[in-house]
Amino acid sequence: MPIRDLFRREPRAGPDIPANMWVRCANERCRDLIYTREFEKNLRVCQKCHYHARLSARERIEQLVDAGSFQEEWAGLLPGDPLDFVSAGQSYRDKLAETQQKTGLPEAVICGTGLVEGIPLRLAVADFGFLGASMGSVVGEKVARAVERSIETRLPFLAVCSSGGARMHEGIFSLMQMAKTAACLARLAEARVPFISLLTDPTTGGVTASFAGLGDVMLAEPGALVGFAGPRVIEQITKQKLPPGTQRAEFQLEHGMIDKVVHRRDLRPTLARLLRLYGASCAIDGKGA
Amino acid sequence: MRLKPADSPPGSAGLTPWERVQLARHPQRPYTLDYVGALFDDFVELHGDRLFADDPALVGGPARFHGRPVMVMGHQKGRDTKENALRRFGMPHPEGYRKALRLMKQAEKFSLPVVSLVDTPGADPTLPSEERGQALAIATNLFEMARLRVPVVAVIIGEGGSGGALAIAVADRVLMMENAIYSVVTPEGCASILWNNAGLAAEAAASMKIVAEDIWRFGIVDGVVPEPAGGAHADPAGAAQALGTALADTMAELDRQYGRGEALDIERLLHDRVAKYRSIGIFDEA
Repeated sequence: MPIRDLFRREPRAGPDIPANMWVRCANERCRDLIYTREFEKNLRVCQKCHYHARLSARERIEQLVDAGSFQEEWAGLLPGDPLDFVSAGQSYRDKLAETQQKTGLPEAVICGTGLVEGIPLRLAVADFGFLGASMGSVVGEKVARAVERSIETRLPFLAVCSSGGARMHEGIFSLMQMAKTAACLARLAEARVPFISLLTDPTTGGVTASFAGLGDVMLAEPGALVGFAGPRVIEQITKQKLPPGTQRAEFQLEHGMIDKVVHRRDLRPTLARLLRLYGASCAIDGKGA
Repeated sequence: MRLKPADSPPGSAGLTPWERVQLARHPQRPYTLDYVGALFDDFVELHGDRLFADDPALVGGPARFHGRPVMVMGHQKGRDTKENALRRFGMPHPEGYRKALRLMKQAEKFSLPVVSLVDTPGADPTLPSEERGQALAIATNLFEMARLRVPVVAVIIGEGGSGGALAIAVADRVLMMENAIYSVVTPEGCASILWNNAGLAAEAAASMKIVAEDIWRFGIVDGVVPEPAGGAHADPAGAAQALGTALADTMAELDRQYGRGEALDIERLLHDRVAKYRSIGIFDEA
């Protein structure tokens, strides 16, 4: 008998516990076991440490808009490969196919209309699971179309942001999406249609430095990392360890970069209140969607 | 003016993208203040963002170009260690971008066309810049430049690095010097992010397609300005002359298209400026 078999733990016999009945809080300093049903009921926020777990775009939409009100737009936009980019032996096309299969998403942003406490709005929601919700041509195009349609229909626009930054694989086309989305938002501003930017963990790079950073009102979820350079880049360049809390939502609030840190359970009422206050010029009576 | 790459002298033919990166970064290459000295008269450098500090990595002020008052600005690198400590290698802090915005709004107020010279590895990525809102400073410039009510011409003269370059490069016409590069991130940054190895920068430079011919072929820039044989550093006066000619042609073309002074058709200019960026992107639609 090999000696390591002496130490092998036999699977313990016991009641059948489904593997997903409990989840562990992803906060390194908490790691608490949470009953999954409680976790879901609490909008995937840890009840002990208030860590806001990252949400997929679908989960976010389900939490944020009134049940059954979401209508997706431009679901047929698919990424191209303008540079014939190959990384570590894998083509960008193959990487995309793999990511699409893994996530069930065609790209990193989902757009559509919906209601929040009965108030209509248009929203663009990023999914960090899709190549870090990096901004390539499709992300830029979807945000641009959403903004333009919001001008036409006078619907308030909400961006639920999250991103690692630019989509390297699309090179200069990725960079130009920053100018494209910002230019469309300049038009939205002139049309006096409100734009609320909700920054979720993490929002960095070219997305913060373009559409995400241009909200009339900037909200962030507690603990969300928000910045230009990522902490790893800053530490590499300055050879200094960043103090805890740097670039988190609370840090950005303290430095005057955002308006409010909003707990996930307060998002819907906060958005609804803002839209009622700012939406007089808009079709918030439900017409125009 | 639409200088095609095919019209360029063969100075850069046969060089790899990574060798072109070295040319774009050559320490003897003309920088913003060299071009301002060679091509502009009566330059008065203005300082400070009126909020926090003056940023020597981004310089600018009113000047005359062929007799016409304009607002000229650009990133400024240093040539030696001491000067680079001051200029921070041409990597602006938020106050640099806010100074640029202040100058652009002033140009708008006094109806001066803006000439913007781009030469930066990227915006400063350190904690002080984060504390002062680097991302929001850049975003605000993109937003304001899209609706600035005067003509804007940008030229990528050396390194067009990332959002730090774009933050002063949203323009009606964008030109690129033959050996300049324009990219979403430095080759080192790309190699580090994708392959966790900054040593693969040469491969990243090739993969990202950042040289002038590629950027022009993609329709991102309107023209490529030929450099003297061997590159701009080999003959700075010749490079300045080529840039001066290209700038004059470009401004004359804008005048013809949109009028100038009182006759400027600003609404059409703004419409076309937004449309130009609006149309950039490669995707499929099912």
